[in-house]
Amino acid sequence: MSVIKYSQAVRDAIAEEMRKDGNIFVMGEDVEQMGGVFGCTKGIYQEFGHDRIRNTPISEAAFVGAGLGAAITGTRVIVEMQYVDFIFCAMDQLLNQTAKIRYMSGGKVKVPLTIRTQQGSGRGNGAQHSQSLEAIFCHIPGLKVVMPATPYDAKGLLKTAIRDDNPVMFCEHKVLYNTAGEVPEEEYAIPFGAADIKRRGRDVTVIATSWMVLKALEAAKRLEREGIDAEVIDPRTLVPLDKETIITSVKKTGRAVVVHEAHEMCGIGAEIAYMISDLAFMYLDAPVKRVTSRQAPVPYSRKLEQLTIPSEDRIIEAVKSVLYL
Amino acid sequence: MIGKGELLNIYESMNRMRLFETRAMELFRQGLVTGSMHLYIGEEAIAATAGVLLRKDDFITSTHRGHGHCIAKGARTDRMMAELLGRATGYCKGKGGSMHIADFEIGILGANGMVGGGIPIAAGSGITNKIMKKNDAVTVCFFGEGASNEGVFHESLNLAAVWKLPVVFLCENNLYQVFTSVKESCSVQDISVRSASYGIPGVTVDGNDVFELYKALDTAIGRCRAGEGPTLIEAKTYRWDGHYTGDGYAKGGYRTVEEIEEWKKRDPIKRLGEYLLENKMSTEDELECIHKRLEEEMKAAEEFAKASPWPEDEELMDDVYCEDIRRG
Repeated sequence: MSVIKYSQAVRDAIAEEMRKDGNIFVMGEDVEQMGGVFGCTKGIYQEFGHDRIRNTPISEAAFVGAGLGAAITGTRVIVEMQYVDFIFCAMDQLLNQTAKIRYMSGGKVKVPLTIRTQQGSGRGNGAQHSQSLEAIFCHIPGLKVVMPATPYDAKGLLKTAIRDDNPVMFCEHKVLYNTAGEVPEEEYAIPFGAADIKRRGRDVTVIATSWMVLKALEAAKRLEREGIDAEVIDPRTLVPLDKETIITSVKKTGRAVVVHEAHEMCGIGAEIAYMISDLAFMYLDAPVKRVTSRQAPVPYSRKLEQLTIPSEDRIIEAVKSVLYL
Repeated sequence: MIGKGELLNIYESMNRMRLFETRAMELFRQGLVTGSMHLYIGEEAIAATAGVLLRKDDFITSTHRGHGHCIAKGARTDRMMAELLGRATGYCKGKGGSMHIADFEIGILGANGMVGGGIPIAAGSGITNKIMKKNDAVTVCFFGEGASNEGVFHESLNLAAVWKLPVVFLCENNLYQVFTSVKESCSVQDISVRSASYGIPGVTVDGNDVFELYKALDTAIGRCRAGEGPTLIEAKTYRWDGHYTGDGYAKGGYRTVEEIEEWKKRDPIKRLGEYLLENKMSTEDELECIHKRLEEEMKAAEEFAKASPWPEDEELMDDVYCEDIRRG
């Protein structure tokens, strides 16, 4: 094991896969010499050269569509979308073309395209650089959606994404890039559809994604001091979603809180809450609660931004409410 | 220079397109083809000419008006007709329909329901050919003049120019985007001048003249194969039918009957047929023979489609992903 940063884990996954597979092509804004705004492709250009990684013009629709065109003609493609917010410029190519081409053609084509992006708030970037858009990607059939919370998960899941023959939205988090964690030196990959129980507990199930996993774990530590034993589950991939791990946990604890940074309305929390009510209703001792960002654009001012991002306090409050404390 | 064999191939290909669509229109009227269907009648010379210049390993991206493009790239009319009827034997197992016919094995990367949707995809296929496989295959990207007002047109031409991608951007300017004249929708009279913004060659040709088309396409494809990058070709043409079949304004309304009749006089099929006869490259018997053979082909295509089974219920959820990811 070695301790590395989340951004390094992303970089290592790309480089290792590119060494093994000469058919991988990477493109995105500023990914070449500088290694991207967040340094996730640092050193890739120096090692692999201009024919394997390219800076694109600021033309999100063109390079997402070109990623698709390259993928369906035999190239394994990694596209970096610098901020997830920018993908709105490429929504036709993502949702009408990439997500649907396999189905529309009667299953005659594979789409080995991974779109890496980073999302989330917490750095004072304002409303157009701070969104969490995973629910939009989940809504459209044909895409897989991944949200790693730790360096270990980021590396293992990115390898699986790159090897996948379906289009994958790989949603990293800007706040997590500088977090560190243990990653094995030997080769590994994490399968999609396998949730990870980040903390075992008896009293309540907290399902959290991305940065919120770290907040839920901190909240669980504080709750422990008050004698409340929270189980924290990270689904890691939203499509496919590991229902079994979540439902098994809820059947054990009888209580559930879903925490995500995306807005509340039609967020993944609604889907998970429905799933629990559908599959574990008789085991529930309280209604499922959600802790999410407020239904307003993410504000710039640090004071207001902190108000909208789910906090440990809000998670603790929600946990206590499902325990009727 | 275009040879006699190629001319006869173009002639046959154009007739295949027209007869296919004439029959498809009849099936649409009978309610057997649903949704909307966009006919290529009147524009056949463009795809047919491109078709004789392309190899099997070349690619095309197509549009909502894509039947002719698919036929030009070698699609079978029976499987196309089955797709139009939503049958399991269609190119997409009935899941695509008229606007989504694709066959990756012969380089058809898909017709497209979104105006301009195929343009960046064409650029991407150029990445595979030029950067990854380093071969000399090319992509012909079909789109209309309406698509040349979409952002992806400009983004993709720029990207293809910067990376010298082997793509021929082939604009079929049929003068109307749905019901709106090009005069009201485009800032320029000739779409080809837009190439100047991207530093690539641009040329306007008579889209109903196979000789002009051949010359421009041959040059552009040659440039691509030689690694010299993309070209924008504008082929001015006219669709005889409405924007979609059953468009109530097809005959008059947003365009005059005189205008339609004027363009019908420039029928590319009639023009090439007369040329072949005048220059003793063919005989009336030979051309009649081609017609008869194609009539038989279309009759068989219709029978094949009608006799084909509907997709099984299980097909609804198949092919969303490469593997079954459903749980619970």
